[in-house]
Amino acid sequence: MSLTTIAGHEVHVDDEGFMTEYDEWTEEVGKQLAANIGLDLSDRHRDVIRWLRDDYCEQGETATLRRVSTKAGIPTKDLFTLFPKKPAKKMAYVAGLPKPAGCV
Amino acid sequence: MTMTMDAPIPAFDEETAIDRKLAIICSKGSLDMAYPGLVLANAALGEGVETHLFFTFWGFDIINKETMGHLKFTPVGNPATHMPPMLMGLPGMTAFATHMMKKQIEGIDIPGVPEFLEMITDAGGHLWACRMSADMMHLGEADLYERVEGIISASDFIEISDGAQTIFI
Repeated sequence: MSLTTIAGHEVHVDDEGFMTEYDEWTEEVGKQLAANIGLDLSDRHRDVIRWLRDDYCEQGETATLRRVSTKAGIPTKDLFTLFPKKPAKKMAYVAGLPKPAGCV
Repeated sequence: MTMTMDAPIPAFDEETAIDRKLAIICSKGSLDMAYPGLVLANAALGEGVETHLFFTFWGFDIINKETMGHLKFTPVGNPATHMPPMLMGLPGMTAFATHMMKKQIEGIDIPGVPEFLEMITDAGGHLWACRMSADMMHLGEADLYERVEGIISASDFIEISDGAQTIFI
């Protein structure tokens, strides 16, 4: 784990760059993380990120794609459009959460 | 120990990941043998890997509209159930074991087969049916799950899976 500065905030990240402290995340940090991986956040992106963070807070683990599509009601297709190629990991990265651990 | 440094950025869109391709041949139609292929396909798609599933022989039950929602699990001849073999063949045992397995699958929020295929195709996965199996079973495209892209020959599949890592289940 190391300390770094993202969008003017000091945050802890793991070896891959995923944030490790839930409370260090802000909307600004999220915006910068998204820019790091070539994403320009729309309201739709922000809805997903917010839901993901709330769900993590309740569940203690990052939701899988399946969970986001069934519980948040955001279709799988849309998730692949919003966060192309590796939606689950990209969403977690931007939301400042660990990668999802579930298989499905 | 922590130290300040530039934040690493995950390499989500590396060339190697983009070029990777997976072909999964599903040849079994029991509940426990359907899931490994579906789970792997879904995982590969979530990692940005181009994924093709080829359903052949008993695997046809996974895409046959009549059977896809009613796949069964039988404990007969399966030592991993850790149950006395003599009991496993008793009447009703397959129904019971299937019921138990479905409950376990649902319990961890894994979708049933039809919904799983929907999820896979929503994620960009490709479903193919085997020509020879279709002919043997006298089934046509109308009998198959509507998102199956086509009934193709073994050689067609070899062409489609060019450059893919192939898994036979």
